Amino acid sequence: MGPLHRRRRRTVTPKSSIPPLRKALIYAVLVAITAVLIVPLVWMVSASLKGNAEILAMPPTWFPKEVQWRNYAEVFNRMPFLLYLRNTTLITAMTVIGTVLSSSLVAYSFACLRWPGRDRIFIIVIATMMLPLHVVMIPLFVIFKELHWLNTYKPLIVPAFLGGGAFYIFILRQFFLTIPRELFDAARIDGCSEWRLYWGIAMPLARPALITVAILAFMFSWNDFLGPLIYLSDQAKNTLALGLAMFVGQLQTEWGVLMAASIIIMVPVVIIFFLFQRYFIQGFTMSGMKG
Amino acid sequence: MDANRLRLKETLTGYAFLSPWAIGFLVLGLYPMGMSLFYSLCQYDVLRVPQFIGLENYRELVFDDPYFGKSIWNTLVYTVLRLPLAIGGSLVLAVLANQAVRGIKFFRTAYFLPSIITGVVLSVIWIWMFNPRIGLINTALGWLGLPGPLWLQSPAWSKPGMALMSLWGIGGARMIVFIAALQGVPSALYEAVEMDGGGWWVRFRHVTVPMLSPVIFLWTVLEVIFSFQVFTEAYVMTRGGPLNTTLFYNLYLYFKAFDDYEMGYASAMAWILLVVTLVITVLQFKLGSRWVHYTGGAAEQ
Repeated sequence: MGPLHRRRRRTVTPKSSIPPLRKALIYAVLVAITAVLIVPLVWMVSASLKGNAEILAMPPTWFPKEVQWRNYAEVFNRMPFLLYLRNTTLITAMTVIGTVLSSSLVAYSFACLRWPGRDRIFIIVIATMMLPLHVVMIPLFVIFKELHWLNTYKPLIVPAFLGGGAFYIFILRQFFLTIPRELFDAARIDGCSEWRLYWGIAMPLARPALITVAILAFMFSWNDFLGPLIYLSDQAKNTLALGLAMFVGQLQTEWGVLMAASIIIMVPVVIIFFLFQRYFIQGFTMSGMKG
Repeated sequence: MDANRLRLKETLTGYAFLSPWAIGFLVLGLYPMGMSLFYSLCQYDVLRVPQFIGLENYRELVFDDPYFGKSIWNTLVYTVLRLPLAIGGSLVLAVLANQAVRGIKFFRTAYFLPSIITGVVLSVIWIWMFNPRIGLINTALGWLGLPGPLWLQSPAWSKPGMALMSLWGIGGARMIVFIAALQGVPSALYEAVEMDGGGWWVRFRHVTVPMLSPVIFLWTVLEVIFSFQVFTEAYVMTRGGPLNTTLFYNLYLYFKAFDDYEMGYASAMAWILLVVTLVITVLQFKLGSRWVHYTGGAAEQ
């Protein structure tokens, strides 16, 4: 965030110099776009609190005539929501832990250690970002089948511990590179092991970048659909995303229940977004600028 | 001697720290890619041993499978419709959200918020948004006195509808990156245009766009790749319908692989997609050098 602000102050015209009329126009456009982007969410919350008759009524009402929570209770009756929540939480937690640990280890190797072939291999890491998942999807399915991992969470969790994803390695490497080398060299002379340098110096300093990676991994895993769709067949093992997708087919007309379910699934993501906003922005800014 | 030993130690440590990725790359990347290429030359239903049939899958795809061509067409149309909305939308929003007015951070947050909603939840929300009778879009069109189409139930409007969805996410990562790049544009350039009497359009067209062209280019390349891989939305919202108008490439590939268990055939499709994606990406880099303006360095900092 720091450098971003500094640059902004230097390059953007000072606040006082915008004429009032133009300022009013800018605000009008800003507010109008906010309304367009946020109205679907408001409409959704409103629908989740309406009875089915009111949702289908013409003309539509902005706010429920009578707020009722029945749709939310229905979500728990219609599908084993708590079970799916538990499954999703387990997979997501393991994925986040695996991603943060393994991608930071690999990033440390690229940023803080010197070894032959390092930069060439880093290019391969970047290149794998371009690889469509569908090319490896079928052989992976076969491999996991041979390992008898189908219908378990291992195909969803274990890959996170094996590098975690090129994008995360990239973000963390960029961050590790900003740590002054002298810090490591001094500790090395004192006889610190590389492991302690990584765990005791690099990791605590990289906390903001680690949080960014953790958030992105969380969002991906929480919302992942293709993975669970392919690897899980037992309904009791479903994730929330998979459960919701099946729910859609059964309940096309019960919009209130569908919206309530969507909102409950969204809430953790939205909370994390509001708590860690600046880390989102930081992660994307860092990666985008360097790209 | 001692320096050599230290260097060797650092190399070995480097490899040790790299090993999670190296194992992942070999086991989850390189080996599956090889197997995928092999399967693409076979008839394979997972249950029996793959039967080598040469290029038969490729021949059948190109010459005998109308859905293959249809899915390519659908994916291309979707990409062409979505790309200007996604890139242009984010760019315009970034310029707006970069205005030096009080409370701009609030607006940035509001713009970013919808972009965190993805996958199945996003699809469910938009099934409802697109509902011809009670959906928000046709309701809003009704207020303006305009007749609303049937959207996802209409062969003509299903693809434009799915492209339109991406407008909801224009305040996401792309906008953030564009804002960061905007803040790297020297204000002297804008002042020069103003002194020459140029208005906002001249500033946008002749300063903002060229100075941001490296990031615009990068995101164009990425968004083409993403659009080629559209899957979840189509699976949840339309299952490829109506009349196969949203049967996108990866959706068809998925149906072939996991509904029909024609793994060899689907692998051939995956390889065709990989090669096409690579060719288009290389082509974009070739063409990119003509319009991307690198001297400003907005993206280099």
